[in-house]
Amino acid sequence: MSEEKVTILAIESSCDETAAAVVENGRNVLSSVISTQIALHKEYGGVVPEIASRKHIEKITSVVREALAMSGKEISECDAIAVTYGPGLVGSLLVGVAFAKSMAFAASKPLIGVHHIEGHIAANFIAHQELAPPFCCLVVSGGHTHLVVVKDYGEYEILGRTRDDAAGEAFDKVARAIGLGYPGGPKIDKLTRTEGNPLAIPFPQAKIEDAPYDFSFSGIKSAVLNYLNHAQMTGEEVNRADLAASFQHAVVSALVSKAILATKEHGFKTLAMAGGVAANSYLRAQMDAACKKEGISLYYPEPILCTDNAAMIGAAAYYEYKKGVRHGLDLNAMPNLKLGER
Amino acid sequence: MLILGIESASLVASAALVQDGALLAEYTLNSKKTHSQTLLPMIQEITEAAGIRERLSELDGIAVAKGPGSFTGLRIGSATAKGLAMTLDKPILAVPTLDAMAFQLYGIQGLVCPMMDARRAQVYTGIYFFGEDTRGAFPADVKIDDHTYMHTLLSQTPMGVEELMEKLNQLGQMVTFLGDGCPVYKEQLQTGLRIPFRFAPSFAARQRAGAVAELGAIYLAQGAAETADEHKPEYLRKSQAERLRDEKRSS
Repeated sequence: MSEEKVTILAIESSCDETAAAVVENGRNVLSSVISTQIALHKEYGGVVPEIASRKHIEKITSVVREALAMSGKEISECDAIAVTYGPGLVGSLLVGVAFAKSMAFAASKPLIGVHHIEGHIAANFIAHQELAPPFCCLVVSGGHTHLVVVKDYGEYEILGRTRDDAAGEAFDKVARAIGLGYPGGPKIDKLTRTEGNPLAIPFPQAKIEDAPYDFSFSGIKSAVLNYLNHAQMTGEEVNRADLAASFQHAVVSALVSKAILATKEHGFKTLAMAGGVAANSYLRAQMDAACKKEGISLYYPEPILCTDNAAMIGAAAYYEYKKGVRHGLDLNAMPNLKLGER
Repeated sequence: MLILGIESASLVASAALVQDGALLAEYTLNSKKTHSQTLLPMIQEITEAAGIRERLSELDGIAVAKGPGSFTGLRIGSATAKGLAMTLDKPILAVPTLDAMAFQLYGIQGLVCPMMDARRAQVYTGIYFFGEDTRGAFPADVKIDDHTYMHTLLSQTPMGVEELMEKLNQLGQMVTFLGDGCPVYKEQLQTGLRIPFRFAPSFAARQRAGAVAELGAIYLAQGAAETADEHKPEYLRKSQAERLRDEKRSS
């Protein structure tokens, strides 16, 4: 007997992407629509929360409508409506949450609030049908840097986290400082794919006492800024590509060494990566090489599933749905929601 | 004609059902609780209490106070209206926040001046009066019934209180104030106004969704509806980032 299909309409609006998707059984993406606001925030050098919120409210119906149309499903054929309720920008989150609740009420469908980072992790379930917990996962994005054990679907143990800047945040700040503009991660990635010596400038690795899995990137970021200041004062010319590549090397080395250490020490043979920075080609290459050497199977989704999207929210929501998780119409946006918190 | 009204432009959250001139249900909450947690449960409660929870498809439209107001509050109301309108395939009636507030004092003598605290030493305000058909003489007129028009002397706008008082003094008529700007600027009004004025009593002093729904019904009858896709809040103010950018450019 074949298992009954569960179809979930998912909505994501935690930062500067308005997204909706229809996902079947957590793994099969029927449609995924992403309306990005990058162009809108470029001139400000980063996401402006009020502008992001205003754009979400303008886009939300057409994005959801398109996702439904592309999936060939009516809202009445969906089993639940899922929405990211944190963490993220509160104004942005609220648009998706209020809209999803209203749809759930009008269509008399169950509502499932999803943790944004759990969504990023679940993107791997879409990309790799065979992947199942338990495994180790490195979550790296503009707002988050976490090393976690995915014990089961929806069950997490946090091994380490960043003490200061998220990895993606450091990319954005350094890119701005060397004049590459926003968004910094993809700009640095693009530049260093063809240019720049990653070993040209040695940047320090932060060591954190008694917390082998914690990260710190503000030191590397400050070292880059100091390097720039010093060059400016002495009139030295800065090779931007070398600087970007060396910065990237320092961040990626920290991510790789701690992720490998955590995977080995916890006895896992499987490591996954998730979040926007997991789309970085240097990180992918370095992690690939390290995992090969250690005999660890490495998983990461294609870039479009690494950056914010709603398909990943639909994937995470499926496992919540199966566990019977339902949220009420009083669901609120939780900008500081912790991983694993319910 | 059955209309659901939604009001979340200020601290007040309010939802109402109006059918053919009758208020079926209204739930108004003036508390510090976030609209995100209160608004939809309130809508659920009134639709259940009025016996239309299972017949939402019978709604003819969703009326919402479109702004100005708290940016976040407006978006919660707007997103809620859009979700309902899209799912139920109904039109949205986007009602100016201050028009609906003025409408709460239907038929009153003299001028009506709703004012919402807009911070930065301003209020969101407008000046209205109810009277006979004098269409075209004022910026906006809404026909309420055969004998009554709501005329607009000043369309809703952010404005400093000094400037507003000067306008009211010039108009020289009695004014009734309402809105959460009243307690904030009461002393200033008492010192600066040279005309008779008064404040609306509690039940009419803050936003009520019944007025939004009824004005929405009038809009719908007059053909002024929006689709769920078209609708967005009317903030009447730019974001701070845009304001700073514009200032930088012009200096």
